[in-house]
Amino acid sequence: MTDLTSMTIAEAKAGLANKSFTSLELTDAHLAAIEAARSLNAFVLETPDQARAMARAVDARIAKGEGGPLAGIPLGIKDLFATKDVRTTACSKILGNFVPPYESTVTSQLWRDGAVMLGKLNNDEFAMGSSNETSCFGPVVNPWRREGSNTTLVPGGSSGGSASAVAALLCMGATATDTGGSIRQPAAFTATVGVKPTYGRCSRWGIVAFASSLDQAGPIARTTRDAAILMRSMAGHDPKDTTSVDRDVPDYEAAIGKSVKGLKIGIPKEYRLDGMPVEIEKLWTEGAAWLKAAGAELVEVSLPHTKYALPAYYIVAPAEASSNLARYDGVRYGLRVPGRSIGELYESTRAEGFGDEVRRRVMIGTYVLSAGYYDAYYLRAQKVRTLIKKDFEDCFAKGVSAILTPATPSAAFGVGEKGGADPVEMYLNDIFTVTVNMAGLPGIAVPAGKDAQGLPLGLQLIGRPFDEETLFSLGEVLEQAAGRFTPPKWW
Amino acid sequence: MSVDAATVRRIAHLARIAVTEAEVPHLQGELNAMLAFVEQLSEVNVDGVEPMTSVTPMEMKKRPDVVNDGEIPDDIVRNAPETQNHFFLVPKVVE
Repeated sequence: MTDLTSMTIAEAKAGLANKSFTSLELTDAHLAAIEAARSLNAFVLETPDQARAMARAVDARIAKGEGGPLAGIPLGIKDLFATKDVRTTACSKILGNFVPPYESTVTSQLWRDGAVMLGKLNNDEFAMGSSNETSCFGPVVNPWRREGSNTTLVPGGSSGGSASAVAALLCMGATATDTGGSIRQPAAFTATVGVKPTYGRCSRWGIVAFASSLDQAGPIARTTRDAAILMRSMAGHDPKDTTSVDRDVPDYEAAIGKSVKGLKIGIPKEYRLDGMPVEIEKLWTEGAAWLKAAGAELVEVSLPHTKYALPAYYIVAPAEASSNLARYDGVRYGLRVPGRSIGELYESTRAEGFGDEVRRRVMIGTYVLSAGYYDAYYLRAQKVRTLIKKDFEDCFAKGVSAILTPATPSAAFGVGEKGGADPVEMYLNDIFTVTVNMAGLPGIAVPAGKDAQGLPLGLQLIGRPFDEETLFSLGEVLEQAAGRFTPPKWW
Repeated sequence: MSVDAATVRRIAHLARIAVTEAEVPHLQGELNAMLAFVEQLSEVNVDGVEPMTSVTPMEMKKRPDVVNDGEIPDDIVRNAPETQNHFFLVPKVVE
């Protein structure tokens, strides 16, 4: 029944509705695929019993004609989302065997709408990373390989498990989170579609916090339509998150196939980097041509503060992280390393529990917030952030509906290849995506082609606040033109 | 700006992360690489620019100041490393 795993969510919904198969059959097919793909290390916890119980329950609901918009669809959940009575670790040793007595708002909405949970997906520790190599469960393997090579490649990060599992047909879609590019970069590395919604569109309640003013949940799926279907269930106002926005959730799927004729699409000249691979440059030009052929109007735009987004991010994000991660003290939950005093207990627990990347960021965040340095670093970065946001506002004020850029500066790279000597080398992966988080805007990464070695490359579309619909319409145009990409199965 | 070994130890203490002497030089190098990277922000003119404090322009939502949750001590302590009668246990803090 492996063919059940290669369908899209839209196709599976139709199949479930006309009783071609049951959710239990669909779920079993995915559980078998997960078991056969353990070498990818995409799942950190498989929940087959729960998955089957959920599938049986939803099959009964479907039989009574009560299935919701995601009735019977098996999904993977990033281990950053708290799932009631199911271990949630953020892939950090410091959370140990934390079993939440509550459910995150986003996942609770997926279950409300009938989705089935297959298990928890690997990610960079506390979502800090761009390669999924900082996870305490070890790196995730990208199902894509260079043509004629067995080199193990990273799936990107931090939502590496989500991207790898969706690309390898282990789940029909997955939840993910994006603080600086953690949905869009792995989507680009695996030929999947990733959406980072507008800040405030999805509730952050019950998601392990990294940098609260940047974090946003979103879906990773195999098609733009599937991502739109998932988005509708994930989005919505939540009184438990004061930054969640009280506005109606549109039917995002209705935006798929909508004409993009006459839409003004900005091409920002600052995204043309020195030394950018020719293939990425070519892909970008090609993507612009596809949108033009669909009737969109292309205009060159300027976002002058683009180059300062990444350095400003590496002040704001670690600062917020150092504050958010203060809660891991070995007292109330998670790992505890005993100490003679409470201070020693804190320090030993945090030394043992945090991995290198997390420790680095907590320390830099502590430094930039410390007395005497706050104004020079943190306050200045927050002012630069205002300027970055204003760049986009000026651009949208001129009638631009969306902005087209490459998603990443390169295709997927090898495990252990980057960031060993200088952490900044890894950070540069997010150069095209991080501006979107700094400005709180929505962004989508769509697969658009392959490089000379056969690895997928993606394009990014950046939209106006709360205008995800236009991104779905434009994303669909790119998808129709570029086609879909599936990795050959070798695992 | 860059940090020296003493500053690395001070930051580690502020962050409540134990750092061994052997780790200090390595951490110092990493932190300085990050600080060198963010240094370019000093060339941006931020005169008269308001720092961003809210991502989406919206009024802070408020809720009635009432108890709306509670009576779940078992849930609260269930993940704790050490408890006694619904209290978290820590090493002696006050003599």
